[in-house]
Amino acid sequence: MSPLAADRLPDRPPGDAHYRLVLPTDLDLLAEAIELLLACCLEHGAIAPANCFRLRTVAAEAIANAMLYGNGNDPARTVTVELQVLSDRIVLSVADEGDGFDPAAVPELVSEEECHAAERGRGLFMMRHLAEQVIFNERGNAIWVTLTRA
Amino acid sequence: MAITVTSNPDQVTVVTVEGQLIVANRQELKQAIQDALDGGARKFVVDFGPTAYIDSSGLGALVSINKKVREAGGELRLAGLNEDLRSLFELTKLDTLFAISATASEALAGF
Repeated sequence: MSPLAADRLPDRPPGDAHYRLVLPTDLDLLAEAIELLLACCLEHGAIAPANCFRLRTVAAEAIANAMLYGNGNDPARTVTVELQVLSDRIVLSVADEGDGFDPAAVPELVSEEECHAAERGRGLFMMRHLAEQVIFNERGNAIWVTLTRA
Repeated sequence: MAITVTSNPDQVTVVTVEGQLIVANRQELKQAIQDALDGGARKFVVDFGPTAYIDSSGLGALVSINKKVREAGGELRLAGLNEDLRSLFELTKLDTLFAISATASEALAGF
Protein backbone atom coordinates (compact mmCIF):
# COMPACT_ATOMS: atom_id res chain seq x y z
CA MET A 1 0.00 0.00 0.00
CA SER A 2 1.40 3.44 -0.89
CA PRO A 3 2.08 5.71 2.05
CA LEU A 4 -0.41 8.42 2.84
CA ALA A 5 0.36 11.95 1.73
CA ALA A 6 -1.25 15.22 2.69
CA ASP A 7 -1.77 17.95 0.07
CA ARG A 8 -0.44 21.32 1.08
CA LEU A 9 -3.03 23.92 0.16
CA PRO A 10 -2.40 27.62 -0.45
CA ASP A 11 -1.56 29.27 2.86
CA ARG A 12 -4.50 31.15 4.35
CA PRO A 13 -3.32 33.69 5.41
CA PRO A 14 0.26 33.64 4.03
CA GLY A 15 2.60 31.93 6.48
CA ASP A 16 -0.04 29.74 8.07
CA ALA A 17 0.41 26.26 6.60
CA HIS A 18 -2.71 24.42 5.49
CA TYR A 19 -2.93 20.73 4.61
CA ARG A 20 -5.68 18.42 3.43
CA LEU A 21 -5.74 14.65 3.74
CA VAL A 22 -8.61 12.60 2.32
CA LEU A 23 -8.78 9.13 3.83
CA PRO A 24 -10.88 6.15 2.84
CA THR A 25 -12.72 4.70 5.81
CA ASP A 26 -10.14 2.19 6.97
CA LEU A 27 -9.12 2.04 10.61
CA ASP A 28 -5.82 0.43 9.62
CA LEU A 29 -4.78 3.82 8.18
CA LEU A 30 -5.36 5.61 11.48
CA ALA A 31 -1.91 5.30 13.02
CA GLU A 32 -0.16 6.34 9.79
CA ALA A 33 -2.50 9.29 9.31
CA ILE A 34 -1.81 10.55 12.81
CA GLU A 35 1.95 10.37 12.39
CA LEU A 36 1.62 12.17 9.04
CA LEU A 37 -0.38 14.99 10.65
CA LEU A 38 2.20 15.31 13.41
CA ALA A 39 5.01 15.41 10.82
CA CYS A 40 3.19 18.19 8.93
CA CYS A 41 3.01 20.19 12.16
CA LEU A 42 6.64 19.62 13.03
CA GLU A 43 7.74 20.89 9.60
CA HIS A 44 6.77 24.31 10.88
CA GLY A 45 8.66 24.29 14.15
CA ALA A 46 8.68 22.62 17.48
CA ILE A 47 5.59 21.65 19.42
CA ALA A 48 5.72 21.05 23.16
CA PRO A 49 5.85 17.27 23.83
CA ALA A 50 2.64 17.39 25.84
CA ASN A 51 0.91 19.00 22.87
CA CYS A 52 2.27 16.33 20.49
CA PHE A 53 0.59 13.81 22.76
CA ARG A 54 -2.63 15.84 22.78
CA LEU A 55 -2.59 16.16 18.99
CA ARG A 56 -2.09 12.42 18.53
CA THR A 57 -4.84 11.55 20.99
CA VAL A 58 -7.36 14.10 19.74
CA ALA A 59 -6.69 13.25 16.08
CA ALA A 60 -7.10 9.54 16.83
CA GLU A 61 -10.45 10.18 18.51
CA ALA A 62 -11.79 12.50 15.84
CA ILE A 63 -10.76 10.38 12.85
CA ALA A 64 -11.86 7.09 14.43
CA ASN A 65 -15.25 8.60 15.33
CA ALA A 66 -15.65 9.90 11.77
CA MET A 67 -14.85 6.48 10.27
CA LEU A 68 -16.76 4.32 12.72
CA TYR A 69 -19.82 6.33 13.68
CA GLY A 70 -19.97 9.02 10.98
CA ASN A 71 -19.26 6.82 7.96
CA GLY A 72 -20.54 3.63 9.58
CA ASN A 73 -17.20 1.96 8.78
CA ASP A 74 -18.20 2.01 5.11
CA PRO A 75 -14.98 1.82 3.01
CA ALA A 76 -16.70 3.63 0.13
CA ARG A 77 -17.00 6.76 2.27
CA THR A 78 -14.13 9.13 2.99
CA VAL A 79 -12.97 11.26 5.87
CA THR A 80 -11.52 14.68 5.06
CA VAL A 81 -8.93 15.96 7.48
CA GLU A 82 -7.66 19.53 7.29
CA LEU A 83 -4.80 20.83 9.35
CA GLN A 84 -3.86 24.45 9.84
CA VAL A 85 -0.53 25.12 11.50
CA LEU A 86 -0.52 28.68 12.79
CA SER A 87 2.21 30.43 14.73
CA ASP A 88 0.58 29.82 18.10
CA ARG A 89 -1.92 27.01 17.53
CA ILE A 90 -3.00 24.06 15.45
CA VAL A 91 -6.51 23.70 14.10
CA LEU A 92 -7.58 20.23 13.04
CA SER A 93 -10.86 19.64 11.24
CA VAL A 94 -12.32 16.22 10.51
CA ALA A 95 -15.42 15.76 8.37
CA ASP A 96 -17.24 12.57 7.45
CA GLU A 97 -19.98 11.73 4.96
CA GLY A 98 -22.52 10.65 7.53
CA ASP A 99 -25.75 12.23 8.68
CA GLY A 100 -24.12 13.77 11.74
CA PHE A 101 -25.05 13.57 15.39
CA ASP A 102 -25.97 15.85 18.26
CA PRO A 103 -22.88 16.16 20.48
CA ALA A 104 -25.00 17.65 23.26
CA ALA A 105 -26.93 14.38 23.43
CA VAL A 106 -23.82 12.33 24.24
CA PRO A 107 -23.96 11.52 27.95
CA GLU A 108 -20.93 12.48 30.00
CA LEU A 109 -19.34 9.92 32.24
CA VAL A 110 -19.40 11.69 35.58
CA SER A 111 -19.24 9.35 38.54
CA GLU A 112 -16.29 7.11 39.31
CA GLU A 113 -18.64 4.13 39.11
CA GLU A 114 -19.73 5.09 35.58
CA CYS A 115 -16.12 5.67 34.52
CA HIS A 116 -15.06 2.28 35.88
CA ALA A 117 -17.89 0.38 34.22
CA ALA A 118 -18.11 2.00 30.78
CA GLU A 119 -16.39 0.32 27.87
CA ARG A 120 -17.39 3.23 25.55
CA GLY A 121 -18.19 6.93 25.75
CA ARG A 122 -14.86 8.52 26.68
CA GLY A 123 -13.81 9.90 23.28
CA LEU A 124 -15.68 13.20 23.18
CA PHE A 125 -14.97 13.79 26.85
CA MET A 126 -11.24 13.31 26.24
CA MET A 127 -11.22 15.64 23.24
CA ARG A 128 -13.02 18.37 25.16
CA HIS A 129 -10.50 18.16 27.98
CA LEU A 130 -7.34 17.84 25.90
CA ALA A 131 -8.10 20.57 23.34
CA GLU A 132 -8.43 24.30 23.82
CA GLN A 133 -11.62 24.35 21.80
CA VAL A 134 -13.93 21.78 20.20
CA ILE A 135 -16.62 22.94 17.77
CA PHE A 136 -19.06 20.93 15.64
CA ASN A 137 -20.93 22.08 12.57
CA GLU A 138 -24.70 22.24 12.78
CA ARG A 139 -25.20 18.89 11.06
CA GLY A 140 -22.76 17.22 13.44
CA ASN A 141 -20.60 15.56 10.79
CA ALA A 142 -17.58 17.86 11.08
CA ILE A 143 -15.47 18.84 14.06
CA TRP A 144 -12.87 21.59 14.54
CA VAL A 145 -10.36 21.11 17.31
CA THR A 146 -7.89 23.78 18.38
CA LEU A 147 -4.68 22.98 20.25
CA THR A 148 -1.91 25.29 21.39
CA ARG A 149 1.66 24.71 20.16
CA ALA A 150 3.78 26.13 22.96
CA MET B 1 1.35 -1.59 17.44
CA ALA B 2 3.40 -4.59 18.47
CA ILE B 3 2.39 -6.75 21.41
CA THR B 4 4.89 -8.96 23.16
CA VAL B 5 3.69 -11.59 25.61
CA THR B 6 6.13 -13.16 28.07
CA SER B 7 5.70 -15.30 31.16
CA ASN B 8 8.15 -15.22 34.05
CA PRO B 9 8.93 -17.94 36.60
CA ASP B 10 6.39 -16.44 39.03
CA GLN B 11 3.69 -17.19 36.47
CA VAL B 12 2.97 -13.56 35.74
CA THR B 13 2.15 -12.80 32.12
CA VAL B 14 3.71 -9.53 30.97
CA VAL B 15 2.12 -7.97 27.91
CA THR B 16 4.16 -5.12 26.43
CA VAL B 17 2.40 -2.67 24.13
CA GLU B 18 4.65 -0.86 21.69
CA GLY B 19 3.45 2.11 19.64
CA GLN B 20 -0.19 2.90 20.18
CA LEU B 21 -3.26 1.22 21.59
CA ILE B 22 -6.16 2.42 19.48
CA VAL B 23 -9.44 1.30 17.96
CA ALA B 24 -7.63 -0.35 15.05
CA ASN B 25 -5.62 -2.74 17.20
CA ARG B 26 -7.29 -3.02 20.61
CA GLN B 27 -8.62 -6.45 19.62
CA GLU B 28 -5.06 -7.77 19.42
CA LEU B 29 -4.49 -6.89 23.07
CA LYS B 30 -7.84 -8.35 24.11
CA GLN B 31 -7.06 -11.54 22.24
CA ALA B 32 -3.55 -11.84 23.72
CA ILE B 33 -4.96 -11.61 27.26
CA GLN B 34 -7.84 -13.95 26.43
CA ASP B 35 -5.43 -16.54 25.02
CA ALA B 36 -3.33 -16.35 28.18
CA LEU B 37 -6.46 -16.64 30.35
CA ASP B 38 -7.55 -19.67 28.36
CA GLY B 39 -4.08 -21.12 28.92
CA GLY B 40 -4.51 -20.78 32.68
CA ALA B 41 -2.71 -17.47 33.35
CA ARG B 42 -4.27 -15.34 36.09
CA LYS B 43 -1.68 -12.69 36.90
CA PHE B 44 -1.06 -10.00 34.31
CA VAL B 45 1.08 -6.91 33.87
CA VAL B 46 0.41 -4.70 30.87
CA ASP B 47 3.59 -2.70 30.29
CA PHE B 48 3.02 0.64 28.54
CA GLY B 49 6.68 1.67 28.71
CA PRO B 50 7.06 1.86 24.90
CA THR B 51 3.51 3.15 24.25
CA ALA B 52 3.10 6.57 22.61
CA TYR B 53 -0.64 7.01 23.06
CA ILE B 54 -3.90 5.28 23.92
CA ASP B 55 -7.28 6.34 22.59
CA SER B 56 -10.68 5.98 24.22
CA SER B 57 -11.21 2.59 22.56
CA GLY B 58 -7.93 1.40 24.03
CA LEU B 59 -9.06 2.54 27.48
CA GLY B 60 -12.39 0.80 26.95
CA ALA B 61 -10.56 -2.38 25.96
CA LEU B 62 -8.56 -2.23 29.20
CA VAL B 63 -11.77 -1.87 31.22
CA SER B 64 -13.19 -4.90 29.42
CA ILE B 65 -9.99 -6.93 29.88
CA ASN B 66 -9.82 -6.05 33.57
CA LYS B 67 -13.40 -7.25 34.02
CA LYS B 68 -12.64 -10.58 32.34
CA VAL B 69 -9.47 -11.14 34.36
CA ARG B 70 -11.28 -10.40 37.63
CA GLU B 71 -14.19 -12.65 36.71
CA ALA B 72 -11.64 -15.43 36.18
CA GLY B 73 -10.24 -14.77 39.66
CA GLY B 74 -7.14 -13.06 38.36
CA GLU B 75 -5.43 -9.71 38.72
CA LEU B 76 -4.27 -7.15 36.18
CA ARG B 77 -1.71 -4.45 36.85
CA LEU B 78 -0.61 -1.63 34.57
CA ALA B 79 2.94 -0.30 34.38
CA GLY B 80 5.20 2.12 32.58
CA LEU B 81 2.65 4.85 31.84
CA ASN B 82 4.43 8.07 30.91
CA GLU B 83 3.25 11.36 32.36
CA ASP B 84 0.85 12.04 29.48
CA LEU B 85 -0.74 8.61 29.58
CA ARG B 86 -0.99 8.79 33.35
CA SER B 87 -2.86 12.09 33.01
CA LEU B 88 -5.29 10.38 30.61
CA PHE B 89 -6.06 7.74 33.23
CA GLU B 90 -6.57 10.47 35.83
CA LEU B 91 -8.80 12.47 33.48
CA THR B 92 -11.02 9.45 32.87
CA LYS B 93 -10.86 8.35 36.54
CA LEU B 94 -9.39 5.02 35.52
CA ASP B 95 -6.37 5.62 37.76
CA THR B 96 -8.59 4.49 40.64
CA LEU B 97 -9.75 1.35 38.84
CA PHE B 98 -6.35 -0.10 37.99
CA ALA B 99 -3.32 -0.90 40.09
CA ILE B 100 -0.70 1.24 38.37
CA SER B 101 3.04 0.85 38.95
CA ALA B 102 5.85 3.03 37.66
CA THR B 103 7.67 0.11 36.05
CA ALA B 104 6.96 -3.48 35.06
CA SER B 105 9.42 -4.73 37.68
CA GLU B 106 7.57 -2.82 40.40
CA ALA B 107 4.29 -4.30 39.18
CA LEU B 108 5.80 -7.80 39.24
CA ALA B 109 7.06 -7.25 42.77
CA GLY B 110 3.51 -6.33 43.80
CA PHE B 111 2.17 -9.83 43.14
